[in-house]
Amino acid sequence: MITNFRLWPESASSVAGQVNLLFVVLLIICTTVSVGIAVFLIYSAIRYHRRYENELGSQKRYNIPIEVTWTVVPFIFFIGFFVWGAKLYFEIERPPDNAISMYVVGKQWMWKIQHPEGQREIDELHIPVGRPVKLTMTSEDVIHDFFVPAFRTKQDVLPGRYTTTWFEATKPGKYHLFCSQYCGTKHSGMIGWVYAMTPADYQTWLTQGAPEGSLASTGEKYFHQFGCANCHHFNSQGRCPDLRNLYMRPVLLTTGKTITADDTYIREKLHDPDAQVPWGFSSGVMPNFTGVVSEEQILALISYIKALGPQPGTQEPASSGAAPTEYGTQKGIGGPGATSNAGSQVEKR
Amino acid sequence: MSDPVVLELREQFATVEQQRRTAGIGIWLFLMTEVMMFGGLFVAYTVYRFSHPQAFAEGSSHMDIVLGSINSAILLTSSLTMGLAEFSAKLGRQRLLSALLAITILIGLAFLGIKFTEYYEHFQQHEAPGVWFNHAGPHAPEVQMFFVFYFLMTGLHALHMSIGILLLLGLMGRNLIGSFSVVYHTPVSVVGLYWHFVDIVWIFLYAIFYLPGLHK
Amino acid sequence: MIQAVAERIEKNYLNQKQGILSWLLTTDHKRIGILYTFSITVFFFLGGFFALLMRLELLSPRNWLVSAETYNKLFTMHGIIMVWFFLIPSIPNTLGNFLIPMMVGAKDLAFPKLNLLSWYIFMLGGGVTVYALLRGGVDTGWTFYTPFSTTYSTTYVVAAAIGIFIAGFSTILTALNFIATIHRMRAPGLTWYRLPIFVWSMYANSLVLVLNTPVLAITLLMIAVERVAQVGIFDPALGGDPVLFQHMFWFYSHPAVYTMVLPGMAVVSEIVPAFARRPLFGYKAVAFSSIAIAVLGFLVWGHHMFVAGESVYSALTFSFLSYCVAVPSAIKVFNWTATIYKGSVSWDTPMLYAIGFIGLFTIGGMTGLFLAALGLDIHVHDTYFVIAHFHYIMVGGTVMAFLGGVHYWWPKISGKMYPEGLARLSALIVFLGFNLTFFPQFVLGFLGMPRRYAAYPEEFQMLHVLSTAGASILGVGYVLPLCYLIWAWYYGRDAEPNPWRATGLEWKTSSPPPTHNFKVTPVVTAELPYDYDAMKEELELV
Repeated sequence: MITNFRLWPESASSVAGQVNLLFVVLLIICTTVSVGIAVFLIYSAIRYHRRYENELGSQKRYNIPIEVTWTVVPFIFFIGFFVWGAKLYFEIERPPDNAISMYVVGKQWMWKIQHPEGQREIDELHIPVGRPVKLTMTSEDVIHDFFVPAFRTKQDVLPGRYTTTWFEATKPGKYHLFCSQYCGTKHSGMIGWVYAMTPADYQTWLTQGAPEGSLASTGEKYFHQFGCANCHHFNSQGRCPDLRNLYMRPVLLTTGKTITADDTYIREKLHDPDAQVPWGFSSGVMPNFTGVVSEEQILALISYIKALGPQPGTQEPASSGAAPTEYGTQKGIGGPGATSNAGSQVEKR
Repeated sequence: MSDPVVLELREQFATVEQQRRTAGIGIWLFLMTEVMMFGGLFVAYTVYRFSHPQAFAEGSSHMDIVLGSINSAILLTSSLTMGLAEFSAKLGRQRLLSALLAITILIGLAFLGIKFTEYYEHFQQHEAPGVWFNHAGPHAPEVQMFFVFYFLMTGLHALHMSIGILLLLGLMGRNLIGSFSVVYHTPVSVVGLYWHFVDIVWIFLYAIFYLPGLHK
Repeated sequence: MIQAVAERIEKNYLNQKQGILSWLLTTDHKRIGILYTFSITVFFFLGGFFALLMRLELLSPRNWLVSAETYNKLFTMHGIIMVWFFLIPSIPNTLGNFLIPMMVGAKDLAFPKLNLLSWYIFMLGGGVTVYALLRGGVDTGWTFYTPFSTTYSTTYVVAAAIGIFIAGFSTILTALNFIATIHRMRAPGLTWYRLPIFVWSMYANSLVLVLNTPVLAITLLMIAVERVAQVGIFDPALGGDPVLFQHMFWFYSHPAVYTMVLPGMAVVSEIVPAFARRPLFGYKAVAFSSIAIAVLGFLVWGHHMFVAGESVYSALTFSFLSYCVAVPSAIKVFNWTATIYKGSVSWDTPMLYAIGFIGLFTIGGMTGLFLAALGLDIHVHDTYFVIAHFHYIMVGGTVMAFLGGVHYWWPKISGKMYPEGLARLSALIVFLGFNLTFFPQFVLGFLGMPRRYAAYPEEFQMLHVLSTAGASILGVGYVLPLCYLIWAWYYGRDAEPNPWRATGLEWKTSSPPPTHNFKVTPVVTAELPYDYDAMKEELELV
């Protein structure tokens, strides 16, 4: 236990340095204050030690300027900490647009990870150094938490919805992955490793073993296997929406609300198809897939729908020959690039 | 009519006035705890009502608006009779107090009777949550959620009503042995406040469970 | 003084009526305070025993002493017992019960029979919880997060929930009693600004308890209903929201933690002026800071959920408000320190505990600033950093304040003095043991060691070994007072009415007090509280 004893965690992500800085500054200020108070207390207790039995202390009861000072000054410091913490938080919570998307399904008591190129991992995550990686995560059972101390990131993984986290590794290495939301008997066993690799090594790793092809092609397979293609084919004559150019576009619902077709929207459609019906289509048509598709299969399907375009951040719909059916939007509402999160569940960016 | 020297001054109090006012603070604090308890359920209901509006409207349309409205009317009436009971206690009118308490109790029992009739109806129609639930339309789990809240909240309310009826019976008993007078009738006011509170809770329950489905 | 001895010979609340029934059917707030003291002491050592087993298990990175299942039950039961059956009732139901009527110059609380009922309800709740423990325990964590607690756990969740639910009624009734007493039973002349700060803090504390405990009750009821009826209130598969549970639970539990520290602050606010022989500095600031903590404490619950899936805007609001609630605590610390400065300071055991409280609470509170910083909380949330933070406040704070208060008022309660030398030694052992136990946990947390882990990576072992060593020392520090206080109850030196020469109505009556507290209802004419100046005469007589 002596050999790999350490007092400071490894810092291996693009935000770790800033988290460290905030921590150290807080540490210095709080230590100074704590030590100051402790020293002052002990000094006073010694210097003003009772000298005779019926001695009294000073009878001064208050001092308004001092009272105001030690109310306002700490408050100012606290606001400073708040602002700094909040700014850092925005950075940690918002994945950059060019992040590679990977998918995580947590369950008692393992982590199942899917790469867009098709690799699947259990309790291990290989990522390239120097590129942001965004994880879209869900749980099959209870609440878990994806925690990588070296990256200073952490996010609860919930059943029934998606949460996201992102990080960019800055140096190659092997870093602890912990589940940090108590989830039952083997909670302390729901651990693993994140392997950050140089881009070259990562490319090599990628080529080694994704026999089924990319995640999107697996999703396409499921698209046909579960019968989605029977209805959502590309000239369905208005029975079902065309899923091309759907991903992350605005959708007008029968209720009049406009929402964004994000991961959560797609997942919701599978579990509760009549909750959010696009304008111009009827409810009671799409079957409910609860219990039919697993969380991992849903993520593959999402990958496929993503691949049908448009790519996030682009204005133009992906070209695909026939003009895609513009559905769910009236001209003028929710044009290209406009997003409205009104309909999506609370989700982490 | 009342015995003016019936004083139940407990020894920790200096005057009857102090005792009465302290009892007042006690019951108001207790009612505040009840507000927080029911409040928790109201908040949870509200969260789900906003996330599943159609399912909750659907659930609400299965409520028996006639029985619910009758219950509201009679419960409000019982608050009137209870208020009159408190007033008659202040005046030292023992027999009137007994009569009004008895009417209030009967109304309370009628309320509970109607409530259980409704519960029975819901059971028959497979609307009781849990293993008995069976809903044909869409959003079945969310409709069940509506009924979970219905049974939980009105059930908790019915429990409070039952306790209220027991308290009223206790008051009647004490009145019959002559405990109350013009000078001392604090328990009547205290139980009265409790009864009015339970009534107000019902108004809100009526609003959130029976009214949303009316438009269907 | 001869008068003091003469007063002792008369009947006091301890010997007025004898026999077990006179205790079990008492409505005397002082006896009820002692009944509670028995109960919470038993629960403290039970919860402490579970902690000991946990710390022993954590000596090794692998499971060696207990299985993972058992470990999960241990930390759950430790949390449940310590929070609901020790910390929340400790100071209010023992010292609060004993002192509040005396401090306001009353003969008893507003509702003495309700007070006794509270104790029985508490014991019933404790009994049901112990039943759950004996049947096999609970393994959900004291936080009962769903859907694990409602759908997946196979342990006695409903029984534990019922036990806590019942105990909650006890809490509510006592708090209600205190509020009514403080409002209506003050002696003539005792205006609000003449009240001891102990009363102000207990008042604020009681307001919080009256408002938050019912929310816990309803949340636990919903969990029980979900488990028993198999409906999905918090189950996503059935349209429920597990995060709603967290909101409801923390809406109760965050103010709850303030109800664990406010009583400790109440005690310290009495000890410090007494042993510095000067009025509490900034009386009104300290009084209103208790109210501020009570109010703001209701607005910060979301800081337990920064990574739980709440929106960014919620997180920002809760972080900001969390920083706001730190301000009144800081005000108290500064005022206590100012009271010691230029006082006439004696180092009796109560003062040692009070100074220990101020130092350790400051550290614990400061680490709260780390946790309130959003960007940093992401890293340290759900790690040992949080565990260290709250133990600094609850153990380094509340437990030390409790011990300090017990020693301070021991002469009043028992009529005897405790052995001062041994008591000071114990205080030192507690202080050293405590820091060795919990300081390494800050480091562990920042390194990334998650909470509730029975087994862990080897590189954390050294810090765990240090922590366990500290825990053994801390345990000794707690057993010592148990022994010498029991000894002192029977064989200690007789105490005078006011051995510390402190101000306050409780010191104006004999030690131990008569059943009705005062021979004659006191009339308060002193203009200000903590009127040490007026004590001069009494001091001259020594």
